Amino acid sequence: MAAKVLHAFYTDDDILMNAVKKVRDKKYSIEEVYCPFPVHGLDKAMGLQHTKLAITSFLYGCVGLAVALTMMNFIMIVDWPQNIGGKPSFSLMENLPAFIPTAFEMTVFFAAHLMVITFYMRSKLWPFKEAENPDVRTTDDHFLMEVNVGANDIQEVAEFLHSTGAVEIDLKKEVKHD
Amino acid sequence: MYTMSSKIKITSAILIIIGTIGLIYGFMSTPASVDEVTTMLADSHAAHGDTHAVSNTHAEVDAHHDEHHAEHVYDQLKNRPWASIYTAALFFFLLAVGAFAFYAVQNAAQAGWSPILFRVMEGISTYILPGGIVVFVLLVLSMLGYNHLFIWTDPDVVAHDAIIANKVGYLNTPFFLLRAAIYIGGWAFLSWLMRKNSRKMDENFNESLFKKNFKVSAIFLVFFIVSESMMSWDFIMSIDTHWFSTLFGWYVFASMFVSGITMIALVTIYLKSRGYLPEVNNSHIHDLAKFMFGISIFWTYLWFSQFLLIWYANIPEEAVYYVQRIEDYNLLFFGMVAINFIFPLLVLVNTDFKRVNWIVVMTGIVILIGHYLNFYVMIMPGTVGESWFIGIPEISSILLIAGLFLYVIFNGLAKAPLIAKNFPLIKESKHFHY
Repeated sequence: MAAKVLHAFYTDDDILMNAVKKVRDKKYSIEEVYCPFPVHGLDKAMGLQHTKLAITSFLYGCVGLAVALTMMNFIMIVDWPQNIGGKPSFSLMENLPAFIPTAFEMTVFFAAHLMVITFYMRSKLWPFKEAENPDVRTTDDHFLMEVNVGANDIQEVAEFLHSTGAVEIDLKKEVKHD
Repeated sequence: MYTMSSKIKITSAILIIIGTIGLIYGFMSTPASVDEVTTMLADSHAAHGDTHAVSNTHAEVDAHHDEHHAEHVYDQLKNRPWASIYTAALFFFLLAVGAFAFYAVQNAAQAGWSPILFRVMEGISTYILPGGIVVFVLLVLSMLGYNHLFIWTDPDVVAHDAIIANKVGYLNTPFFLLRAAIYIGGWAFLSWLMRKNSRKMDENFNESLFKKNFKVSAIFLVFFIVSESMMSWDFIMSIDTHWFSTLFGWYVFASMFVSGITMIALVTIYLKSRGYLPEVNNSHIHDLAKFMFGISIFWTYLWFSQFLLIWYANIPEEAVYYVQRIEDYNLLFFGMVAINFIFPLLVLVNTDFKRVNWIVVMTGIVILIGHYLNFYVMIMPGTVGESWFIGIPEISSILLIAGLFLYVIFNGLAKAPLIAKNFPLIKESKHFHY
């Protein structure tokens, strides 16, 4: 059975922020908020978990560092040692200073690109992806709060949302959301 | 309004007394003559047993060599207490200048987050004048020949050294002291001027004062970036008179800047723990910690840039600087990179850690120790060479100067209210939160 969902529209980010706080105080469950631009502090107000993207970025950076050192060890030491500027490449350690700029670049490269790819995967974004916005106005000047009615009385929830400053409230049958 | 607690007064007095006693002991315990060093070296040779028995055939050469060596070691040991007080005095002085440069940057950028910390920065900047005087007195004593910190002051050395002789037009006593007076005097004057304007703003706000401070900070920054670079050549690089590096000014700047910002964070957290500065929140601490993190990495970037080019080019007169440091100062030289780079990198990279006071304090103390060691490794090899040791003279120098520093900055903090209440951006700073 499809859950009932209310779409409440707001026209101002400050009103939206206050509304989010009030709705959470009332223990109604907010599924998602759609905004035309990032609203500062909204994630905290919604009680979203802190992003783990930074940790993945750190780990990807470590991978990049390891790949860079392995790669340069193979290229410059094992496979084709060369005498550059009187510095014969016989061991990685002795030539480490020369490899540090490359290692740094590879660390940044891996951290940045893999983090972006992770972000896309996590957000289920890919080329030719259909937009998930339930209403096209959220890309222009409206904010949309999706509230799951659950076992509550629809009229009661709608009236409460209206009291928080919503300019329009629509009742929807829940479509599958993540 | 802050009043200096008696605890701080007593602490600084104790530090100054212990430091002075230790430093006097350091001066007393230097060898009185070359003969004394010769016996000392002979004793330590004897203690090593028969390891030198093989070299008996070279006895004659050795005797001559030993004599030279003894003289050399004598000079180094004589220099040691001088170099240790000079390192400590210079470190704390430049730390205060670094904190003031940060203050000037905040003013020139009209930053909205930091005005609530302005009085802390002004308090630290009050050390510029007394600290500068201490450094200047030490430089005058060096120029007068009381020690051999700067070998170019010795006419005998210059006469036998073509490279130094070529630099005499720049490195000579009157010009050197004149430049030192200009740097120290300029910084002390401009910091005094900005403090004065800022305090005047407390009585009644006047837009012209705000604009004036904006202009003074811009003038200071222009003057500072040139004078700081030259100061680093004069006060530090000229110790290794033959050697030069074109990014040395930046390298020293990064060190003093990160130390200054760290000191701002430490003093702020201290005052907050005593119930002052109630409006400072963890977002302010977070921003200071970000600067500590960022400038630590900037320092490493410069450290490595300087090293990489010299290592790669491998030109003898440049490489000798690092050869000496890696051979005689190996642990300090690389250990310093670990505590100035790897430690802050791993600890402060975490967003949440930057908001936790005790983590910021702990990292801050480590950063200060690391940058003191940076100054140590810059100054000591050219003055005491392989006869270095972090012992009584070094530690008591730090205690002496730290005691003076503590007294001066908290005395300075007590001179004005801790919030610059009429500063135009103070409200934004109080509400700073993210």
